[in-house]
Amino acid sequence: MSDKAPSPSRRKLFKTLSLAPLAVAAGCAREADKPADSSASAGDYKPTFFNAAEWAFILAACDRLIPADNIGPGALQAGVPEFIDRHMQTPYASGDIWYMQGPFIEAAPQFGYQGRLPVRDILRVAIKGIDAHCAKHFSGKSFAQLEHADQETLLKSAEAGKLELENISSREFFTQLLNETRMGYFCDPRHGGNKNMAAWKMIGYPGMRADYTNWVEVRDQPYPLPPVDLAGERG
Amino acid sequence: MAIVKPKVDAVIVGMGWTGAIMAKELTDAGLRVVGLERGPDRDTQPDFAYPRVVDELEGSIHRKFLQSLSKETITARHGIKDTAVPYRQVGSFKPGTGVGGAGSHWSGCHFRALREDFNLRSNVKQRYGAKFIPEGMTIADFPVTYEDLEPHFDHFEYVCGTSGKAGVLNGTKIPGGNPFEASRSREFPLPPNRNYLGAELFYKAAREMGYSAYPIPASNASAPYVNPYGCQMGPCNFCGFCSDYGCLNYSKASPNVSILPVLRLRKEFELRTHAQVLRVNLDKERAHATGVTYLDAEGKETEQPADLVLLCAFSLFNVHLMLLSGIGKPYDPVSGAGTVGRNYSYQNLNRVTLFFDASVQANGFIGIGGGGATFDDLNGNQLDSAKAGFVGGGVIWARQPGSGPIRGITTAPGVPNWGSAWKQGVKDAFRHSFYYEVQGACMSYRSNYLDLDPTYRDAFGRPLLRMTFDWNDNEIRASQFLVGKALDMCKVLNPKALSGDAKKAGEHYNITRYQSTHTCGGAIMGSDPKTSALNRYLQSWDVPNVFAPGANAFPQNNGYNPTGMVGALTYWAARAIREQYIRSPGALVHT
Repeated sequence: MSDKAPSPSRRKLFKTLSLAPLAVAAGCAREADKPADSSASAGDYKPTFFNAAEWAFILAACDRLIPADNIGPGALQAGVPEFIDRHMQTPYASGDIWYMQGPFIEAAPQFGYQGRLPVRDILRVAIKGIDAHCAKHFSGKSFAQLEHADQETLLKSAEAGKLELENISSREFFTQLLNETRMGYFCDPRHGGNKNMAAWKMIGYPGMRADYTNWVEVRDQPYPLPPVDLAGERG
Repeated sequence: MAIVKPKVDAVIVGMGWTGAIMAKELTDAGLRVVGLERGPDRDTQPDFAYPRVVDELEGSIHRKFLQSLSKETITARHGIKDTAVPYRQVGSFKPGTGVGGAGSHWSGCHFRALREDFNLRSNVKQRYGAKFIPEGMTIADFPVTYEDLEPHFDHFEYVCGTSGKAGVLNGTKIPGGNPFEASRSREFPLPPNRNYLGAELFYKAAREMGYSAYPIPASNASAPYVNPYGCQMGPCNFCGFCSDYGCLNYSKASPNVSILPVLRLRKEFELRTHAQVLRVNLDKERAHATGVTYLDAEGKETEQPADLVLLCAFSLFNVHLMLLSGIGKPYDPVSGAGTVGRNYSYQNLNRVTLFFDASVQANGFIGIGGGGATFDDLNGNQLDSAKAGFVGGGVIWARQPGSGPIRGITTAPGVPNWGSAWKQGVKDAFRHSFYYEVQGACMSYRSNYLDLDPTYRDAFGRPLLRMTFDWNDNEIRASQFLVGKALDMCKVLNPKALSGDAKKAGEHYNITRYQSTHTCGGAIMGSDPKTSALNRYLQSWDVPNVFAPGANAFPQNNGYNPTGMVGALTYWAARAIREQYIRSPGALVHT
């Protein structure tokens, strides 16, 4: 459980964590180990929905789900945690477009999530549960303090629905978390994620151009234009 | 005490395609018409204006143009002994709301049914014998023919500026169109749209397999167009935001673009939005409707008396309103008696995705909802049902309504859902893959039906509609057969990877996965009042001053998208109202 060889993404995580309340960052000993790449801007954001422990979880989990590598930006560079924190404060995350009336009865998976929590509470309840699980099995540590490999094992276990949590299906939590992470990665930057349209550039998405009249029948060369976002910025 | 509005000639519930068509036709006939729409008013400006409309998070996640399930939804179960649970999150199908309804966020595929789709039951009996229809399958003939509807198919295509190529024109086959279609009286109003790569390669693969591919009739304009009402359309710019979105470019036909510009100017027509209709009011004998009761924008209960009530809501909610109001007898799947809720059917949709290397510029972000290519070699009478082992055919098509990364990127088989390998997988797939789909017919069955849920209620205190639906062996065999053919065809194109998902034996309906918004039946048209809720003019057998146009009228669903048929049936019913009913109100069909 040491941090002997932090990956670049791990170092970015520390940098971000350094802006979170001290109690959470206390476990991270190598904050001085500055990353060479200073483009990780997720660090400038202060959460207004998640508390310190939840924020540490979100940062760590997003970094595992979409790590920084030479393929493209990681979730932290792309501002995914900021997106999720802001998105949890929209009517959507409070269940605005879901049918939320009881009775809440168990049903086959083909009928979808039948619990009574909206997305924002699915995340909160499950994060608390996973941190409690970690404290019990990893001598008092939180999820964010675990080795990457242990974090990944736990996320895989949640993905398969094998992680037993109180009050919540780990599979449902994982589905929502992964969806939120991908949304934050690929959304229009006005929602807080996809900083500098970097995720769009990675996959070659022209963003909000919404006019391909002259490119429908071009076969012999890649689409040449960089992305634009809703604000009219060019990537 | 409810507010009572002055009586009008006709009240219309819902302002999507069927409501707008009815409002146009009935005001043409001089009737005073009130349209009640549960959602907000919507128009190209400002609701579908660029750039705000193309925000994927708002359109495809927050679903700002769809019905919120928080107020009204359905419950679902697989079998008649199961307990239904609510459709809590949008998945399998996407009802619209607001002016334009699902007609504003549809894709634009605009088919006519085949001639043999109209007399399905007798056709199957004649070709394969009565025993070929499995026990419990309740398919029926439409009480109208292709010839009855041809002028209305034609008119609706001209209203929509449909882009396509006739295959059979006044009995003569025309190269480039669908050779198996029933004869058209006119060429399409606009020529076909240009082909993106997936469609171009579809023609190639279809040719090698011996299939007769043709352009999907698309109500996405290929050129500037003015429809018979004087409404203008601009050529589609392939923006990639059709399904889930209103058109930013006046290119996709919709009630908003194609009919409402005329209606809004008419003094005989009044549109009231945020008007949630709760029920149709009937007289004591339940034989005559006196109007409807709705909640106005402030939530005040309001009565709108009318001589004619037109149920023009989304198919499921037409059935819901009939059940809530006591129009006709609810269907009982055990005894087989009753009509309202009977013969609910759906669409048998499956997808195969082809992955290529980086030299292939598939560019799925370039999108046009209805544009693409398909063939009918496995549909209608072209399919040898005895050999294939199922009733009802289907089409295979190339379609590309526009992909974006939030709407999801399908990755090649073996790619995990997260981590660096996922990043590589989405990067490889996004610009270099495309998909073909199988859209199969869906038969109707004794045990697939709609009724009122005994437990769950909507925000207005009414029981939710309950859907009892599951796949039957016939549809599973159809899925396997058609997906098999699609995969054979894909192999011609030599993709580096291929994924496909035919239904497996015993597979249950999964309401969490988007498949199709083609929910059909439940208040079907027929020639026998014991087995149908509506007569051949979409008029309630039981309450003759109520008409219920929509896909709810289909006795079963064919392999095509329903909108062309829904529009044609609505014009057909409107003509009967104009030419027969107004002169002599009452039942238009006597048994």
